[in-house]
Amino acid sequence: MMSAPEIAQELSEQLVGSITMVQETRDEIPTFWVTRDQLPAAAERLCRQIADPFTTLFDLTAIDERERVHRDDQPEADFTVVYHLFSFARNQHLRVKVPLHGEHPSIQTSIPFWVTANWYEREVFDMFGITFDGHPELRRILMPPTWKGHPLRKEHPARATEFEPFELTDDDEDAEQDALRFRPEDWGMERRTEDADFLFLNLGPQHPGTHGVLRMALQLDGEVIVNAVPDIGYHHRGAEKMAERQTWHTYIPYTDRIDYLSGVQNNFPYVLAVEKLAGIEVPDRAKTVRIMMAELFRIASHLVWYGTFAQDVGALSPVFFMFVDRERIFDIVEAICGGRMHPSWFRIGGVAHDLPQGWDRLVSEFLDYLPGRLDEYDRVVMKNRIFKARTRGVGRYRREEAIEWGITGPNLRACGFDWDFRKRHPYGGYEAFDFDVPTAQAGDCYARAEVRIEEIRQSLRIIRQCLDNMPGGPFKADHPLTTPPVKAATTKDIETLIHHFLGVSWGPVIPPGEAFQGIEAPKGFTGYYLISDGSTGSYRTRIRAPSFAHMQTVPWISRGVLLADLLAILGSIDFVLADVDR
Amino acid sequence: MIETGGHLLNVVIVLGTVLTVAAFLIWYERRLLALWQDRYGPNRVGPFGLLQVVADMIKIFFKEDWVPPFADRFVFVLAPMAIMTAVLMSFAVVPLSPGIWVADSNIGLLFILAMSSMTVYASVLGGWASNSKYALLGGLRSAAQMVSYEVFMGISLMGVVVLTGSFRLIDIVEAQSGLWNCIPQFFGMLIFAVAGIAETKRVPFDLPEAEAELVAGYHTEYSGMKFGMFFVGEYLGVTLISALTVILYFGGWQGPLLPPIVWFFLKTFAVIAVVILLRASLPRPRFDQLMAYGWKVLLPLALLNLLATGVAVLL
Repeated sequence: MMSAPEIAQELSEQLVGSITMVQETRDEIPTFWVTRDQLPAAAERLCRQIADPFTTLFDLTAIDERERVHRDDQPEADFTVVYHLFSFARNQHLRVKVPLHGEHPSIQTSIPFWVTANWYEREVFDMFGITFDGHPELRRILMPPTWKGHPLRKEHPARATEFEPFELTDDDEDAEQDALRFRPEDWGMERRTEDADFLFLNLGPQHPGTHGVLRMALQLDGEVIVNAVPDIGYHHRGAEKMAERQTWHTYIPYTDRIDYLSGVQNNFPYVLAVEKLAGIEVPDRAKTVRIMMAELFRIASHLVWYGTFAQDVGALSPVFFMFVDRERIFDIVEAICGGRMHPSWFRIGGVAHDLPQGWDRLVSEFLDYLPGRLDEYDRVVMKNRIFKARTRGVGRYRREEAIEWGITGPNLRACGFDWDFRKRHPYGGYEAFDFDVPTAQAGDCYARAEVRIEEIRQSLRIIRQCLDNMPGGPFKADHPLTTPPVKAATTKDIETLIHHFLGVSWGPVIPPGEAFQGIEAPKGFTGYYLISDGSTGSYRTRIRAPSFAHMQTVPWISRGVLLADLLAILGSIDFVLADVDR
Repeated sequence: MIETGGHLLNVVIVLGTVLTVAAFLIWYERRLLALWQDRYGPNRVGPFGLLQVVADMIKIFFKEDWVPPFADRFVFVLAPMAIMTAVLMSFAVVPLSPGIWVADSNIGLLFILAMSSMTVYASVLGGWASNSKYALLGGLRSAAQMVSYEVFMGISLMGVVVLTGSFRLIDIVEAQSGLWNCIPQFFGMLIFAVAGIAETKRVPFDLPEAEAELVAGYHTEYSGMKFGMFFVGEYLGVTLISALTVILYFGGWQGPLLPPIVWFFLKTFAVIAVVILLRASLPRPRFDQLMAYGWKVLLPLALLNLLATGVAVLL
């Protein structure tokens, strides 16, 4: 791994002529500005021509720059399109920014360079009204097709009360009804070929097999899937827009609900990114507590996946066993945090409270309890012959394909690639822990299951280390931007009291800048890209969610399989619709 | 006159018993499933939750009798009746214990096979008349599955017939006074059990209604009492297959000390418990796997079993 200035040096030499400037950010990810016209040439070089190229487009988003005050010496722009690239060979993030001018600017599509750009460009179009020339189907992805306006533009209202009172005229109703009509052509499907009339099956958004409000339009030949097109956005709550009207502190509970199965795992990248912007160093005890809670939630998330995956394949009982175990985790979470599924427990600069008395006994009991249960589940689920017959060889992809499609987390490790951001890019104190990165070779549904189950065992190992080596000391950083500061200190010194008062009543003012932090969340690579304009709330919050990237791969994985296999594939990918739609 | 009265009494007894058992199975299955899934199951209404069935019945009887506007009304209503009728007809020739049967037919077993073939119409017609894609897929699956598994079911039974030399169920029971058929006809019993579960569309053969894939398969569009008839039809089917297993392979009502009818029910409920245990423990195979398993494993095995039995009887 090279340091940021080195890599910037190397790449700017290779990209000479394309780069207009190199921006400094708080996260030390090399950030290049490239003009609109130079983008295809730069993309070509980055993804194909340089040594160890950036083959993965992790994220593609935009920033509405029109109201931003602190832009320092960045190039003039009304909108900026941001490409977040990653090279597994280099273990290196890279950010490419393109300035755009005008109310509804356009830019060349980058699908030829990175396949994942497809859905991300649709999202940027949907949210900002930026068009991508050459995109094969540039239509809305999260908002309904009849929506007016582009929500993440600064002039778009954030609250319902800022809109005109809602009125549904007869004409509007007809238009809405008409928009609901299913036309296969709109989804890129043919009605018939020479030797087959296709059956179109609408799967969801209310369907017992889709784990939430996912809709899939299926083109079937008998029970064989010719084409499966996901229709997402039913769980879209505008989390990124909400970030722009919440304070840095009060946004934490919203993050819990992004991947709603893994609680504090969502707080993690957010508070780490804010801490980068604010320059806060977190004390050891807070780090260890955070890791312990994060791993507990990783187990909770994997247990839900385990049970529901077995249920997707038709086994009725396992889900009950796993929910009982998850309940035990929630008992611990409740004792420590007070909340259960969404404890919103991390704070800027630490965690909300110190650990309660007796927490160690609870955790230790759980550590002794779960391994036996996991062994039993191996016999009940993983060794079952029907289960194997249903999952082996189904939904298979290779490592190179997974990298190209931006697949991360257990889904990537199931193709024999031991890539874990906790090991490769340690964050929040993971470098101090001893654990293995489980992998499987086959890259099919069964392999993905094997990886997750072994991950539960590894998480138990990490929690055991937290339990045995819990450091003493403060649970919050001694820093003016820690929100809220330790209450006891406020009664003794006036400075802390002032910060406490401001942090609670107004919200902390985070210095201007940009920072990204990604973590190895249970579902994959989750990252928060925060832009502060020197105010009490973020100017732009971008959430890179693994489920969105994984959902994009479903049509590709499930072509040619049977309907029953599709449900096994959906189950094995382990997505949460709230994480897809945000 | 007295004879007719006796027959009528038997009809009432058998019909009442069978329907009560089918209703009781709702409670029995839910409690057993709960036991195996670390939960309680229904335990609020009446002692041990036994009256839950009554509560459910009352609820379902008062539901709106609704037919979706896009359905083929006549066939839609006919389908659930078909399954109830076909299964109930089968019970006509099932002897519960000495003297308690409706009809003493010398082709009893053939009659049952014929009737169980009729039940496929219920799911196919139900799936077709619903005019819904999920129901259609479920109906198609059920047609393919039941037609295939019927073949092995028939062949697996022939072993018993060859041994006994009769299609009459009472003869078959009485022929087992020395040795139950489950020993000499072990493979035949396994195939019959598998095919029987497939006939009743129970897990792991519930592909026609596969919840995670087809929502509820062929009865997706059904509600109220019409759904209830499919539901009760399924339980009647389970009871029938279990009772047949007992009669054909476990000596029917025969057993020491206890009265014959008690033995018969004890054995039947034990078999039903196994069927429920399967539901609690197995995932669902894929459709092509199910078909391949039937034609490539069960069919040859059933034929071999028949051949071996025939050879043994001849020698």
